[in-house]
Amino acid sequence: MRYLPKSPSERHEMLEAIGARSVEELFQSIPAKFRLREPLPLPGPLSEMEIIQYFQARAAENARGFTSFLGAGVYQHLRSVVTDALVQRGEFLTSYTPYQAEMAQGTLTAIFEFQTLMSQLTGQEVANASMYDGSTALTEAVLMAERLTGRHRVLIARSVHPEYRQVLATYAKNLGLEIEEIRYAPSGQVDHAALTPELLAGAAAIVVQSPNFFGVLEELPALAEKTHAAGGLVVTAITEAVSLGIVRPPAEADIVAMEGQAFGVAPSYGGPYVGVIATREKFMRQMPGRLAGQTTDAAGRRGFVLTLATREQHIRREKATSNICTNEALYALVATIHLCLLGKEGLREMALQNLAKARFAQAELEKVPGVRRVFSGPTFNEFTLEFPRSVKLINTALLREKIVGPFALGTHYPELTKRALVCVTETTPRAEIEHLVTAVRRILETPI
Amino acid sequence: MNSKTTETETLAGTTGAASRHISRDERLIFERSAPGKRGMELPPLDVPAVDPATALGRDFVRDSIEGFPEVSEIEVIRHFTRLSSWNYAIDLGMYPLGSCTMKYNPRVNEFVARLDGLASEHPQQPAEVSQGCLRILHDLQKCLLAITGMDAATLQPAAGAQGELTGLLIIRAYLESQGNARKKVLIPDSAHGTNPASVVIAGYEVQNIKSNQRGQIDTDRLREYVNDDVAALMLTNPSTIGVFEERIAEIAQILHERGALVYMDGANMNALAGIARPGDFGVDVMHLNLHKTFSTPHGGGGPGAGPVMVKKILEPFLPVPVVVQKENGQYALDHNRPRAIGRVRAYCGNFGVLLRALAYTLAYGPGIRQATEDAVVNANYIRKHLEGIFDLPYNLPSMHEVVFSDARQKKHGVNTTDIAKRLIDYGFHPYTTAFPLIVPGAMMIEPTESESREECDLFIGAMRAIAAEAEANPELLKTAPHSTRVGRLDEVAAARKPILRWKP
Repeated sequence: MRYLPKSPSERHEMLEAIGARSVEELFQSIPAKFRLREPLPLPGPLSEMEIIQYFQARAAENARGFTSFLGAGVYQHLRSVVTDALVQRGEFLTSYTPYQAEMAQGTLTAIFEFQTLMSQLTGQEVANASMYDGSTALTEAVLMAERLTGRHRVLIARSVHPEYRQVLATYAKNLGLEIEEIRYAPSGQVDHAALTPELLAGAAAIVVQSPNFFGVLEELPALAEKTHAAGGLVVTAITEAVSLGIVRPPAEADIVAMEGQAFGVAPSYGGPYVGVIATREKFMRQMPGRLAGQTTDAAGRRGFVLTLATREQHIRREKATSNICTNEALYALVATIHLCLLGKEGLREMALQNLAKARFAQAELEKVPGVRRVFSGPTFNEFTLEFPRSVKLINTALLREKIVGPFALGTHYPELTKRALVCVTETTPRAEIEHLVTAVRRILETPI
Repeated sequence: MNSKTTETETLAGTTGAASRHISRDERLIFERSAPGKRGMELPPLDVPAVDPATALGRDFVRDSIEGFPEVSEIEVIRHFTRLSSWNYAIDLGMYPLGSCTMKYNPRVNEFVARLDGLASEHPQQPAEVSQGCLRILHDLQKCLLAITGMDAATLQPAAGAQGELTGLLIIRAYLESQGNARKKVLIPDSAHGTNPASVVIAGYEVQNIKSNQRGQIDTDRLREYVNDDVAALMLTNPSTIGVFEERIAEIAQILHERGALVYMDGANMNALAGIARPGDFGVDVMHLNLHKTFSTPHGGGGPGAGPVMVKKILEPFLPVPVVVQKENGQYALDHNRPRAIGRVRAYCGNFGVLLRALAYTLAYGPGIRQATEDAVVNANYIRKHLEGIFDLPYNLPSMHEVVFSDARQKKHGVNTTDIAKRLIDYGFHPYTTAFPLIVPGAMMIEPTESESREECDLFIGAMRAIAAEAEANPELLKTAPHSTRVGRLDEVAAARKPILRWKP
């Protein structure tokens, strides 16, 4: 087998050195009745070529070559071959968690840069590296708010990603954490009128997302003022991180839970991505996840180490801030390299292109009879439209045009049937937007 | 600063006349930045431009990001290539980290994970244009069930610790359906730290149980502990000292008789794949770490994936959605599962990691047994050659890893960390230090099947040489490593006044 570096005679000699007559002897401690006598019924073995053929066949069964207007938490953005070439260096790819700092300065330095970039983008003082994804980052941010306030009730906007809310509900269920959902206003933003002083009193946090699941930006300063007055914290989720290239950062939030997928990470059918928590310095000791900190060696040379480990499970066990161990370090590196390439101007330009293309697509789609905009609040690269027919039927027809249509909101919001969330990024050429508009027009003109 | 550095290196003595190259002094990317540079360009905008302040409102737009990097493409390449040269990696040599299973990460797995039609797919796209992705997930489930001897699986958990939590939530939901969720989970003192941390999030109390003198679960004591308050026992098998729990059947029986379940941490599955199946020896729930046994790259700390396998009685409680194959042969995501614990992560989990694990499994097929055998041969070979030089606190048959202690070297004032740091000078990553907690001064060694005899011999040689140095020149170990870009770093200072980001 090509991955195994031993010849038959080396195996034999090693067994002799050990003093075992056969390899079976090394497994004697497993009771005989539990030792398998037959080979496992597994497909393979496959050569490298056969493995490639298997996966190429699977790729052909997917939406390869389709144009997609799906966002809803996962975004198709430009990725540079430079990033991929660098993260495929074995020194990064096949390296372990940098507990042995002297031989992991590459990873640790990059993590420190990631923490810096995330802090700069979110307008927060510190950021960790990293959480599994946006959904678990948000859940951990809420648990962090609970620890910080000692309060056990959380208000969450219904306009937060539905799957993020589901993950939070799963974690909260057995921890005595009460979750109340807050309705949205006609603007698509969280309904500030619903946030009465009575409701806010005793709440650990109010959780919003911006841009939210309907694509609408939330007004954080007013929300923060109200929440802080009641002694609660503001937790903000971000799923479309490219928005931070032009959108005002959530500096008023106390904890930011972000999905970093938009920074150069492929959609890859749901993962791996990279979650981040950013917060105020005074809260950092309650933050979960790994942190790299700057220090020096005996000669005064700058170096980086994993720090504040007393928050973590391998030291604190049942008293840890979280059970997280393995994280998404390699994708934190992807985001770091990607953002270094884009730089200050590139990120802003990318964000501006998203805004312009989404606005163009929205205006063109609104010209189709029966199609109209649903929410009045400001949007970045996603917007919600109402259609005169079931979105599911429209999307089925669009597949025949090699288009993956917009996200049907009725799946998660019974009151929003016939509404869809359209996403347009810098990767969508104008011709494809026009193709979508023509196709939708034709589909709606066809009698049912 | 430069002259000071050079002086120290010369003092340390082991790097000889090595000159200090610029690549060892790479600054942070922010310190290379200059206004107007960039490393990536976009195609021109093909729709009318929009003024953000007009489009979003003045209150919603940001100023330019202070301190954000501005560098060219070649500078990015040089910066990160130089950084990478400061790392150790499996591609460079052996990582004898016990319990971490640092094995070779096949390159073909990286290639297939990047294929157009796989990397490009959106998790919310309709099932009819996701049949390839769904089949990959379904095929992997079938392989993992065959290897573990369990009945049903979820691939959603993003890492081992999340798998633990998922498994515990499934146990809880099952016991609730039986009328009583119970209160405690038993954990041996040899367990990974994630176990107790996960138990707490699942809403249970941790009850630690002391291992017996052989480092195994004390069945008499276990009998005393197991009552109607106990939901489950969480055990690692082989245990963290690399030894199979010989009385596993009896252990499972003790729990099952009182209506409690057995959770197995599959971190050490590299000792069992193709040899024995947890489903056969009484395990009700388990997770696997695909970044250990199934070769997906560690990437400096992640990503991982922590699939959970369960027995039939627990299947209704798996998180949603579950990947299923319908009667017509089509694959689908089943969301309609009223007894499910909910969702532990958005979408279907770390698909890109799962895909690599399938590629690994397909490469071996039933031959995965050979990998397990080689891993166990390597561990025993190393044990044989280091026994008598290092203290072996538990003299039981080793499987895929062996745990020594620093007891002998302590007499010379040298501890496990000093020996570990000195290993760096010999070109090896250290073994796992100070774990498991039941072995004071632990030195936990897991070579995996990826090491040739030659590499094992080099490691043995290094360890023997270090043992001799510990007697002759303990100071050399206490100040190690001497060959790296930076010496031992001041962790206390880092934690006392944390500097967690660069500032202009």
